[in-house]
Amino acid sequence: MREKILAVIEKNARIDIHDLATLLGESETSVANEIAEMEKEHIICGYHTLINWENTSDEKVVALIEVKVTPQRGMGFDKIAERIYQYDEVNAVYLMSGAFDFTVFIEGRTMREVAQFVSDKLAPLDSVLSTATHFVLKKYKDHGTILSTPEQDERQLITP
Amino acid sequence: MKKILSDRAVGLKPSGIRKFFDIVNTMEGAISLGVGEPDFETPWFIREEGIYSLEKGRTFYTSNAGLKELKVEITKYLKRRFGVTYDPDHEVTVTVGGSEGIDVACRALLNPGDEVIIPQPSYVSYEPCVILADGVPVILELKEENRFKLTKEDLLKKITPRTKLLVLPFPNNPTGSVMTRKELEEIAEVIIEKDILVLSDEIYTELTYTGAEPASITQIPGMRERTVLINGFSKAYAMTGWRLGYACGPEEIIRQMIKVHQFAIMCAPTTSQYAAVVAMRDGDQEVAKMRESYNQRRRYVLSRLKEMNLPCYEPEGAFYVFPNISRFHMTSEEFATKLLTEQKVAVVPGNAFGDSGEGFIRISYAYSLKQLKEALGRIEKFIGKLDGKAD
Repeated sequence: MREKILAVIEKNARIDIHDLATLLGESETSVANEIAEMEKEHIICGYHTLINWENTSDEKVVALIEVKVTPQRGMGFDKIAERIYQYDEVNAVYLMSGAFDFTVFIEGRTMREVAQFVSDKLAPLDSVLSTATHFVLKKYKDHGTILSTPEQDERQLITP
Repeated sequence: MKKILSDRAVGLKPSGIRKFFDIVNTMEGAISLGVGEPDFETPWFIREEGIYSLEKGRTFYTSNAGLKELKVEITKYLKRRFGVTYDPDHEVTVTVGGSEGIDVACRALLNPGDEVIIPQPSYVSYEPCVILADGVPVILELKEENRFKLTKEDLLKKITPRTKLLVLPFPNNPTGSVMTRKELEEIAEVIIEKDILVLSDEIYTELTYTGAEPASITQIPGMRERTVLINGFSKAYAMTGWRLGYACGPEEIIRQMIKVHQFAIMCAPTTSQYAAVVAMRDGDQEVAKMRESYNQRRRYVLSRLKEMNLPCYEPEGAFYVFPNISRFHMTSEEFATKLLTEQKVAVVPGNAFGDSGEGFIRISYAYSLKQLKEALGRIEKFIGKLDGKAD
């Protein structure tokens, strides 16, 4: 049942328990319990809203930063990651395979603000060898959702 | 002046769906639960293959029976899903949708006066296709108390010495009824004993929610050699607009079908055939995902109907529910028209699928949860009002 719950709420976090239970053919209590369990086990880590900021008057700048580091004695990747992800400006941190070590997503109000964060906070960290900053110019699709105009139902109203 | 039109064409009853469609189209802001096709777009990897084939300049006719590659994929699919073996070179033809397969099969099999048993409610094309092929349609009324399944007893009552063919429309549009392997075996026994043929329309076979593997009558010993199996890409792969289906059967029959198909159609659309190759080869997972999604919505609609006290047997296939509206003492058409004018919700009157559909409406659940919620809310309001008046 867990996989099925997750598959539905991953796409629709706001669905109410009654509807969710109906869709899955389960009782409301067992679905609610299962969700509570998964929250406790930190399988479900939050319920967020997917916002297309471009359609608002707010300015947002997002940058992807490739970070190379040297893990030091007594301080593995996890420790370094922690020093990076504690900053509020940092939206996401992933450990990567390949040519660099971390992908860091930074969000700020202006490019200047983001650049400043990189040069003042991120780059000077002891373990950080180098950074390469890439600004996001446009988001087309995020979290599996296409951000452009919503699709219309192209079907005829009645068909056999 | 000579008569302009063919009596047979003029004599065909216009589709009841068409009539209702014209009414719905005049209604502004109507929301519809009346569509007989998936709400998914064709999965991108399939569309992409169609585009690629165009880029490659594959814009020519294929052989009449279809691309060899596609016929091979079709036979592989039937083997892995049903364990039934067909020879891709002689026992398969690709058609323009399942509907062309139905037409061509009738024309390849029927002689004047041959009787064809058509269980109804069912898809609207069987009867006209039989008439156009000089056959005589014999309507068998499926009953709600049998969950709209075909029973041995009902079948035996309709068989005469002139019976040539049985249409087997399961999983069924509009009822969503599904026949299990065991139930098919009982039918097969009669079919073999009475020496008749079967046209098995299995277009919805991937959309069954029993949890069991879908059954095909071709799996039953002795049936493969007397069955024309019709299937297609529209429902399972959400490819309605591509117009692509197929027919499988004994070489003797398929050869004649290919001949008719060749003179009428030449070949199925080439782009669609290339896209269908990858659909069938790589699409199983995508089909399973869509099936799960329909099943969830099926549960939702059934539970809402129950809440509003609209009796509906639990269908196990396709993407329709077929609730019984007889307690309102209105015909299906009256009910559907009133629902449309008062609440602006379009459903299809059950009698569009045959007289035995009278007293029912077809609701499609190939819609988003949001749409279903809104439309079912309106139906609930409508029914509440009717019940209030009845008191």
